[in-house]
Amino acid sequence: MSDTLNLTLKIWRQKSPSSTGKFESYKLNGVSTHMSFLEMMDVLNEKLIKENKEPVAFDHDCREGICGMCSMYINGRAHGPLKGTTTCQLHMRHFKDGETITIEPWRAKAFPVIKDLVVDRTAFENIMQAGGFVSVNTGSPADANSILIGKTIADEAMDGAACIGCGACVAACKNASAMLFVSAKVSQLALLPQGQVERTERVLKMVQTMDDAGFGNCSNTGACEAECPKEISVAHIARLNREYLMASIAGE
Amino acid sequence: MTTIDSKVPPGPLSEKWTKYRSTVKLVNPANKRHIEIIVVGSGLAGASAAASLAELGYKVKVFCFQDSPRRAHSIAAQGGINAAKNYQNDGDSTYRLFYDTIKGGDFRSREANVYRLAEVSANIIDQCVAQGVPFAREYGGLLDNRSFGGVQVSRTFYARGQTGQQLLLGAYSALSRQIGKKQVQMYNRHEMLEVVMIDGKARGIIARDLVTGKLERHFGHAVVLATGGYGNVFFLSTNAMGCNVTANWKAYKKGAAFGNPCFTQIHPTCIPVSGDYQSKLTLMSESLRNDGRIWVPKKEGDKRKPIDIPEEERDYYLERRYPAFGNLVPRDVASRAAKQACDEGKGVGPSGLAVYLDFRDAIARLGQPVIAARYGNLFEMYDKITGEDPYKTPMRIYPAVHYTMGGLWVDYNLMTTVKGLYALGECNFSDHGANRLGASALMQGLADGYYVIPYTIGEYLSGEIMTKAIPTDHAAFADAENKVKERIDKLLSIKGSQSVDDLHKRLGKVMWDYCGMARNEEGLKKAKVMVQQIREEFWKDVKVPGGAFEFNQELEKAGRVADFLELGELMIDDALNRKESCGGHFREESATDKGEAKRDDANFAYVSAWEYQGDNQPAKLNKEPLVFEEMHLAERNYE
Ligand SMILES: Cc1cc2nc3c(=O)[nH]c(=O)nc-3n(C[C@H](O)[C@H](O)[C@H](O)COP(=O)(O)OP(=O)(O)OC[C@H]3O[C@@H](n4cnc5c(N)ncnc54)[C@H](O)[C@@H]3O)c2cc1C
Ligand code: SF4
Ligand code: FES
Repeated sequence: MSDTLNLTLKIWRQKSPSSTGKFESYKLNGVSTHMSFLEMMDVLNEKLIKENKEPVAFDHDCREGICGMCSMYINGRAHGPLKGTTTCQLHMRHFKDGETITIEPWRAKAFPVIKDLVVDRTAFENIMQAGGFVSVNTGSPADANSILIGKTIADEAMDGAACIGCGACVAACKNASAMLFVSAKVSQLALLPQGQVERTERVLKMVQTMDDAGFGNCSNTGACEAECPKEISVAHIARLNREYLMASIAGE
Repeated sequence: MTTIDSKVPPGPLSEKWTKYRSTVKLVNPANKRHIEIIVVGSGLAGASAAASLAELGYKVKVFCFQDSPRRAHSIAAQGGINAAKNYQNDGDSTYRLFYDTIKGGDFRSREANVYRLAEVSANIIDQCVAQGVPFAREYGGLLDNRSFGGVQVSRTFYARGQTGQQLLLGAYSALSRQIGKKQVQMYNRHEMLEVVMIDGKARGIIARDLVTGKLERHFGHAVVLATGGYGNVFFLSTNAMGCNVTANWKAYKKGAAFGNPCFTQIHPTCIPVSGDYQSKLTLMSESLRNDGRIWVPKKEGDKRKPIDIPEEERDYYLERRYPAFGNLVPRDVASRAAKQACDEGKGVGPSGLAVYLDFRDAIARLGQPVIAARYGNLFEMYDKITGEDPYKTPMRIYPAVHYTMGGLWVDYNLMTTVKGLYALGECNFSDHGANRLGASALMQGLADGYYVIPYTIGEYLSGEIMTKAIPTDHAAFADAENKVKERIDKLLSIKGSQSVDDLHKRLGKVMWDYCGMARNEEGLKKAKVMVQQIREEFWKDVKVPGGAFEFNQELEKAGRVADFLELGELMIDDALNRKESCGGHFREESATDKGEAKRDDANFAYVSAWEYQGDNQPAKLNKEPLVFEEMHLAERNYE
């Protein structure tokens, strides 16, 4: 296998939120297979700058698959072809020489494009502010070991807590539903004893805020789970539905 | 003139904080409502501070450059957080954590601050658990612990390999709650570009809205910086791409002294560099050293596959040189030993700049499932990046820049030498001396934010209750904004031929070669001139595309690199001044016969607090003498 690739990149370019975007194609030769996808984008941008063209805007920060900032829709898949992998952790060895790679931003009504591949995910913030917390002020809470939590429950809560808030689940869903994201947090806190007091209120408020933000309905296609870089399971959505139902009954 | 007064309260070490807390001046709730605090940064330090201050009733504004506070670089911490809980009954205590931290920092930190840190550490774990942070548990439901580099007790709490993420999400949830209550106003995608000073006090900031490019003025009775570390001065580091020194640097230029800028931590277990295009380095958690054994071939230039190298031809150099601590020696010691092995020509991999971290024996002893449960996600990450499977072949690792112990100088209250300007978390110099122990940065960030600043800021703000919010049409705001605007215009007008990254990479290489793992006078002097030259070139020849009033990532980077180019020189000055070796600062001229770092307590038992004197003027060195009342200055020995 050769160590370098010659690629054609078909990238969504959009100057600002209000302008109409379009695809532009760029040739990029000699891409090392050891590069990460974002390093390949760096190389493209360096080239564009040298050619007096505008570099492609894209979100990224940690480049370790944990901050949730990177967000590219690659060849029709959120975060690209590799399962359980963010864009920044994707390496060029998974692409073929001569390939055309299509790169788009997340597309969802609730995530308007800011520029090129950068979108506005404020809607996620609003959902978290509505209830994604346990209401404890900083102070002197009880000793940490006074709350016993079985390993299985702790592990399950951690599975939900692992969500990085990237939004790939929304981008992958044909309805642009945010259920996987919301369920991951609801599930974490519903499982843990610390989350019990606000359990009812939390799920109602978070779901309400999600609906208000313009995310679509969940039709159980499972596309979110398939594309989630942290492999958050749709079982959390099932739990969210149960929590919501119980809360709605309790609220009536 | 700046005065360096640490304001450490009187009394025995173990009573200082308790006494301080019960006597510090308070701001009554009615007054808190009228007091505004600006917090720049939403990592562990910033988010925990902002949430706690808002809970107390202050009006808080928070700024971060990412699109959400949850994405601050703290999110990337893997290994764990220390706390003196003694849950394992293995002899841990506040005193032992204090002792380990001072010793680990090679006696270059302030006793009183470190003791306070150890004291509040246990509280942090309680607070995080109350928030729902899913720490690892044992089968009986109790919290699990592990041990971490440089200590002999198990005091590290963790959440899989994602401890920083879970702690930050805890602080973020507390912050989100306050944003929801409108007690905090959050400014995402904003970058702070200037401190506004009025009558000798910090009274606000100028921030750029990174989406529209608009400059904004924000008033605060006090300004709290929690803007993280500056490891990216080296271009390649384990830091996130956006980590920078800009906020610190603006504060420095407004009179805040910079403490120990040359103290940099080089982490021993990172994935080696693979090519010129490399944008960052990836850390492999230090917890791997609990079960992995580090070695190089005994023979120079041995190019055989690692599995083909027989046992007797392997040099487990850490176990050989430091039998008591073995693979668990502190980071600076492990990093230097790796460099020495590679300098001797025993390095492995295509570049020769790597050593092996081998799990063969641990897998044989414990079985693959146990190793997978402990380190599965790290092994996967390694495989993703390198395409190699660490269950089958040893990992290749090499040291990389990871953390900056240096930062804004702060007193016991965490106030800088500028009145009303505070620094928390990695951006201050406090607590870790010349070398930070593993799992202690998370502890410090949360200690500063949850448990220190809520008290100490009252000391200052109780004197400010009569101060009305200053309207931002005040001349000081206008001047500050103008300065920022001029600088942005200048950057955009150069239209030279080199990209920001080109220049940044060159700076990084100079810093790594001459002000990295080993430093000497000749090299440092050379590097100083080189950095000045690159800086000059930058201002003549940098190419920043796009405009000021739009989303412009190259412009953001350019501003940050311009500041790194000034910081780099100060780091070199500091390294030149400190002729001793201590912790992560290794001056080749000051080594023992065995090649270990040799401190010079008679001449260098002080914190260097550098004071800005004007552009292209040498900074002025102030010294805070370090007095050890509790600990005896001793040679660090891990043999
Ligand atoms: C890969 C890695 C692993 C680590 N693992 C561990 C570990 O296991 N245990 C441990 O104890 N420590 C660990 N550390 C160190 C630790 O994570 C950091 O020191 C710590 O999280 C820093 O927290 P902070 O709140 O000070 O800053 P950060 O989390 O870096 O936050 C900085 C904040 O400031 C904001 N900011 C910066 N500049 C500006 C500006 N000009 N304007 C507006 N906002 C600005 C950013 O947006 C961000 O919100 C690790 C570090 C790395 C790199
Ligand atoms: S659920 Fe998965 S895809 Fe959705 S935001 Fe969380 S990590 Fe991203
Ligand atoms: S850049 Fe942080 S997850 Fe990809």
